[in-house]
Amino acid sequence: MSSVRVLVGTKKGAFILTADGKREQWEISGPHFAGWEMYHLKGSPADADRIYASQTSGWFGQIIQRSDDGGKTWSIPGGGQAPVPGEFPKGASNKFVYEGEVTTHKWYDGTQHPWEFKRVWHLEPSLTDPDTVFAGVEDAAMFKTTDGGATWRELPGLRGAKGKLWQPGAGGMCLHTIVLDPTNAQRIYAAISAAGAFRTDDGGATWKPINRGLKSAYELPDPDADVGHCVHRIAMHPSRPGVLFMQKHWDVMRSDNAGDNWHEVSGNLPTDFGFVIDVHAHEPETIYVVPIKSDHLHYPPDGALRVYRSRSGGNEWEPLTKGLPQTDCYVNVLRNAMAIDKLDSCGVYFGTTGGQVYASSDAGDSWAPIVRDLPAVLSVEVQTLA
Amino acid sequence: MTIRVVLPAHLRTLARVGTGEVELEVEGPITQRSILDALEAKYPMLQGTLRDHTTKQRRAFVRFFACQEDWSHESMDAPLPDAVASGAEPFLVVGAIAGGRRHSSSPDESS
Repeated sequence: MSSVRVLVGTKKGAFILTADGKREQWEISGPHFAGWEMYHLKGSPADADRIYASQTSGWFGQIIQRSDDGGKTWSIPGGGQAPVPGEFPKGASNKFVYEGEVTTHKWYDGTQHPWEFKRVWHLEPSLTDPDTVFAGVEDAAMFKTTDGGATWRELPGLRGAKGKLWQPGAGGMCLHTIVLDPTNAQRIYAAISAAGAFRTDDGGATWKPINRGLKSAYELPDPDADVGHCVHRIAMHPSRPGVLFMQKHWDVMRSDNAGDNWHEVSGNLPTDFGFVIDVHAHEPETIYVVPIKSDHLHYPPDGALRVYRSRSGGNEWEPLTKGLPQTDCYVNVLRNAMAIDKLDSCGVYFGTTGGQVYASSDAGDSWAPIVRDLPAVLSVEVQTLA
Repeated sequence: MTIRVVLPAHLRTLARVGTGEVELEVEGPITQRSILDALEAKYPMLQGTLRDHTTKQRRAFVRFFACQEDWSHESMDAPLPDAVASGAEPFLVVGAIAGGRRHSSSPDESS
């Protein structure tokens, strides 16, 4: 029988939630890496037992962890390599060093500021090779490993895509979303706050901004600028890799040509500010968002936690409320904190800053909390296991 | 020379050294640099957690104490007190305190 494994990263550790295909009874494992900020955990599509995790701390920096047994045990993939006397070991898995001369980007005050590595926000394992993973980091850049996380090399062409004009948002200048095209290994999408969306068509060597149609009237001097838009998340259905959905700072957007042009599909949403967006496993026109009241309030409108679903690829949205708190709820749902499983009756999951992880086993019609009292949830991913 | 080092809780977990002090064999002059080099050689998973891989600058929220004095801003190559060099006193790696916690070994409540 099929089962699911939900990987939850929180501000104070990671948790692994497992259930059979009914998704009614859950087993909770954790905290793993107790006390550390777990920005993201994600399993390899090519090997479900292989899971990568970003463990980070403002005190002690970045650690990459890897499990080869579905999250039961973990190791630091480059940590055990013997160092060469007098030199730092080249195999350190927490060593994220920008390629070449350190360049600069725009700082909050408009001056230029050098790139400084802070943490890994997103780990995107290859669709075909368990040892290959892309990492999105702050300050924004993309790194790649081909040896299971032991060593990482930057793909510096991304910073060449007008990097001098990128500027951090309030959450830092982070590369938080990586989307791989399942039909074209050379095509990768990345999203950066607050620089925008970018695409490579040559496996990461060169990149271009794909922000035409985005409008940021309240955030940018030029609302139609090529870069500088605060993209919060992009999502794709694997059967239609040219169709992208985006939750921008404000506005829910859609592209039907791989990001070359975008148009707004916010429609009847109560507010089009938010962080997460995702696509149904079997219906490529069914998408989900969690509207948040505003960029300065960061909680749901009316104290009611509502997922909104569109079955028409945007514009027409319905609130999904059954099982979700509809009074006095003031949590946020962060950009990496929604995931969707691939079971026949598609499961939808999201985590909140209040420590709840909600699950729906009927594509969003009804919801129940798996856990209620975790630390603030930073990320949610799900693996569908045979 | 056997040097004693006290690590903060998170780094003890990372290095899998339990709750006690770490003992290091350090050759030559006993300085902050020679201790950190020996520490990172014995526990490679700590590379990058105390100082930058490339610049070797101390991470901002990490401090180094010896004999109840803050050495964080002293030269990395200055000789440490004899009490540390002889193993009578430990070399302390401390996470900067943030918030009003009673115990400062886990400075994790403000992140």
